Amino acid sequence: MTAAESRPALWPIPRLDQALEQGEITAIDLVNDCITRIDEWNETLNAFLFVDRQGALQSARESLDRRRAGRSLGPLDGIPFALKDNIVARGMPATCGSRILENFISPYDATLTARLKAAGAILLGKLNLDEFAMGSSNEHSAFGPARNPHDFARVPGGSSGGSCIAVASGMAPLAFGSETGGSVRLPASFCGVVGMKPSYGRISRSGLVAFGSSLDQIGPVARTVSGIALALRAVAGLDPDDATSHPAPVPDYFAALASTLPRMRVGVVKEFLGEGVDEHVRRTMEHALRTMESFGCELQEVSLPHAEYGVSAYYVVASAEASSNLARFDGVRYGYRAKDVATLEELYTKSRSEGFGDEVKRRIMIGTFALSAGYYDTYYGRAMRARGLIARDFADAFAKVDVLASPVSPTPAFRLGDRIDDPLAMYLTDAMTIPANLAGVPAISVPCPVAEGELPVGLHLQAPFLQEERLLRVAAAFEDAAGAAPFPKALAHAGETR
Amino acid sequence: MSWETVCGLEVHVQLSTRTKAFCACEAVFGAPPNSRVCPVCLGLPGALPVLNDRAVDDALLAAMALQCDIARVSIFARKNYFYPDLPKGYQISQYDRPLASGGRVPIDVGGELREIPLVRIHLEEDAGKSLHGEGETQGAESRIDLNRCGTPLIEIVSAPAFRHAEEAGAYLESLRSIVQYLGISDGDMSQGSLRCDANVSVRRVGATELGTKTEVKNLNSIKMVEKAIQVEARRQIEILERGGAIEQATLLWDDRREEVRPMRLKEDAHDYRYFPEPDLMPLVVDEARLDRVRGRLLELPFARRARFVQEYDIPPYDAGVLTASRELADWFEEVARASGDGKAASNWTMGEVLRVLKERGGSIRDFPIAPVRLAALLRLVREGKITGSAAKSVFATMLSTGDAAEAIVEREGLAQISDQSSLERIVDDVIRENASQVETYRSGKSQVFGYLMGQVMKASRGKANPQVATRLLEERLKSGNPA
Repeated sequence: MTAAESRPALWPIPRLDQALEQGEITAIDLVNDCITRIDEWNETLNAFLFVDRQGALQSARESLDRRRAGRSLGPLDGIPFALKDNIVARGMPATCGSRILENFISPYDATLTARLKAAGAILLGKLNLDEFAMGSSNEHSAFGPARNPHDFARVPGGSSGGSCIAVASGMAPLAFGSETGGSVRLPASFCGVVGMKPSYGRISRSGLVAFGSSLDQIGPVARTVSGIALALRAVAGLDPDDATSHPAPVPDYFAALASTLPRMRVGVVKEFLGEGVDEHVRRTMEHALRTMESFGCELQEVSLPHAEYGVSAYYVVASAEASSNLARFDGVRYGYRAKDVATLEELYTKSRSEGFGDEVKRRIMIGTFALSAGYYDTYYGRAMRARGLIARDFADAFAKVDVLASPVSPTPAFRLGDRIDDPLAMYLTDAMTIPANLAGVPAISVPCPVAEGELPVGLHLQAPFLQEERLLRVAAAFEDAAGAAPFPKALAHAGETR
Repeated sequence: MSWETVCGLEVHVQLSTRTKAFCACEAVFGAPPNSRVCPVCLGLPGALPVLNDRAVDDALLAAMALQCDIARVSIFARKNYFYPDLPKGYQISQYDRPLASGGRVPIDVGGELREIPLVRIHLEEDAGKSLHGEGETQGAESRIDLNRCGTPLIEIVSAPAFRHAEEAGAYLESLRSIVQYLGISDGDMSQGSLRCDANVSVRRVGATELGTKTEVKNLNSIKMVEKAIQVEARRQIEILERGGAIEQATLLWDDRREEVRPMRLKEDAHDYRYFPEPDLMPLVVDEARLDRVRGRLLELPFARRARFVQEYDIPPYDAGVLTASRELADWFEEVARASGDGKAASNWTMGEVLRVLKERGGSIRDFPIAPVRLAALLRLVREGKITGSAAKSVFATMLSTGDAAEAIVEREGLAQISDQSSLERIVDDVIRENASQVETYRSGKSQVFGYLMGQVMKASRGKANPQVATRLLEERLKSGNPA
């Protein structure tokens, strides 16, 4: 029996639903499988920052009772999940990977958390991330870097590193991360799992600790597209607690996967296959595009001419918003407070200097500068104009094609420490994912087939605003043709010895 | 060459919505500290603001009443600064695209009517309260109460149109009564429901350019605003006359010493780093909403005052007093309509009623005599059933017993005596018993008449019909022939 067969936490979510419903396994078995995996690998991978064993087992018993009584709350009843530690859950820490919130316990549930609980899903705990979701490698965590399950010397990608590691390694069949510039898709690509960023406003942000509010979006991570579809269906939709949540009705994304995909026009983004793309990524992409043709996609080259300004615009807008969003962490009401301060100003300065890490401070400074009197038009104003141009690029492209295809990132997972001292190189990691956040369109990373021993590479698909259904159908068709994500070899060897 | 004061006011009006501007917490004054708070107004990680529609409607109503141009699309912005009573580290306000611009506020300065032009009205949230060394915290400790945090405010910015402190006072009185009429705020300056900062500068009379201004804060009553403007203008003039220059600054009014204290200079001025609030959509106001709000418009104090002058034939000053608050004006109008005598209603309301109200305190709404009952009393006077002086004593009895005027008149036998023969008897008795005063009158000192008339009223226990009694007394005195 392979690892994937023997460990239910690695099964696709629809299959888990079936197995739970038919009594093939119980929610308690499933939670125990996750906890076993966490105990086995978390010290190495550092994905979980907090595990609620008792709470999860209690929820599992309740779910089991419901399933046995024929009162299942739906396909997620009994499915364990974990949250990036910038999404709040009542009674649990929400560190955001930062010293400044090290001892903060949230008194309320994020809308996402509440909806998942209402669907019967079981919260396992909280996942590692770059501090306040600022980073592309998960190295900027106050609680230590997380590691790529395919190669422990490499980064998992960030900022939702913990979310993608948890799913890739079988610690949880479902996780949620958050995106501001690619923070779900990048680690999904690096770790070989499916990670999605829905349209801006599709999933409520209430309870997601804000980084760049006009860009932030929660995204699901699972081993298969079907899992993403089930999860999204359960959590998407208008939320009275988030004024930016979108009122459009939520389609049955999961049911839509069953219908035959019509011929799709796929735009290959020419700016994202040019110089600077790693050879392994290029070959894998070429193969992926041929795979798409094999199930009836019609490829054509399209251009996003202003995408090259994406990274610059992003770092101004996201940092500007972050400088304001992070002002509340001041040591006055909750969180880290510096000792031995004489004045109010000293309380602020010392609490924030000691509580925030370097990358967060860098962005607060960039953002504060960009909003300063006399510089607002030069930086924030121009960045917002660039953002408008990029949104128009997408509109032009989607006038010609149904979805866009490209790599997620120019390279596969890099080594820990490689980019940590070069912020610009780190920022360019996200050049291909940032435009979707700036334009608010949905996008997904689906694992491409790679040879044994090669690092995972994600196929990056993007669709028009609110066209999650189309995006998921194309992604699922690709997944069918390419085969599901392989289990990380490094873990498989160790696991099979048990 | 003389100096001219130029002043503009920024007024914050706390809207009396049931809940706060961006969360469902109750917005009340005087609740136990930090008992009306939630993740949103506490600024907890992940919490998001959701706009209170009622606050928007109230702000729109104010903008309509003040004849502003209402923006179909306005934008919320974050005003960023650090302070312990500001939990998010920014205040949600409006900046370059406010809810309304232009508009005007009518004022009355010593009977002269003017209009003060407005620059803008915008909607924003209030901060919490910092208590420094007060109460139990006496000493070094500061405490924070976040109940007020997130309460909706409208900021009304006037043009620099005031030249005299009294105009500023008249403006605040007018604004206060308008927001009270509209029912959007209690306008109580002592509770902070209406707060005012004054921008003050001076210039030579005839100059067209504005001088450097200072902003005076901590003004908690209309009197303080007027005093502070005078004091600050005088301070600036003294500096300029000594050859000095005014420094742009924010000043705090010290009411005990009647002087301004520096709070911060221009170089310390905050850079608020305003930018559009990404958590809220642009505020789009459509025609249907404007129609709905328009339905809440009502006759405003100045219009009502003009109508009172015309309809009830009362002096403008009296009409001004009666219309200063909507409750008083409503109360008066009920008396006027029920009694059919606006003048008498005005005299009684302005006189007895306000006097008693002042002695007892409280609101006109809780006045022990209902308007219809006072109107019944006035009708008794008008119909000649009782005299004016009897009416005063009936009023006093109404106050103490709560009985109706008719019942009191009946019980105490206060009905007016108009019948000729009864009055003749009384007049004759008075003339007989006051022979020396009668003599004095007849010698040409007609001022004694009042005394004699008083004796007639006294003898009749105030019930004598004054007209008939006067006529009879005059006749008897002139005839020199007592019966």
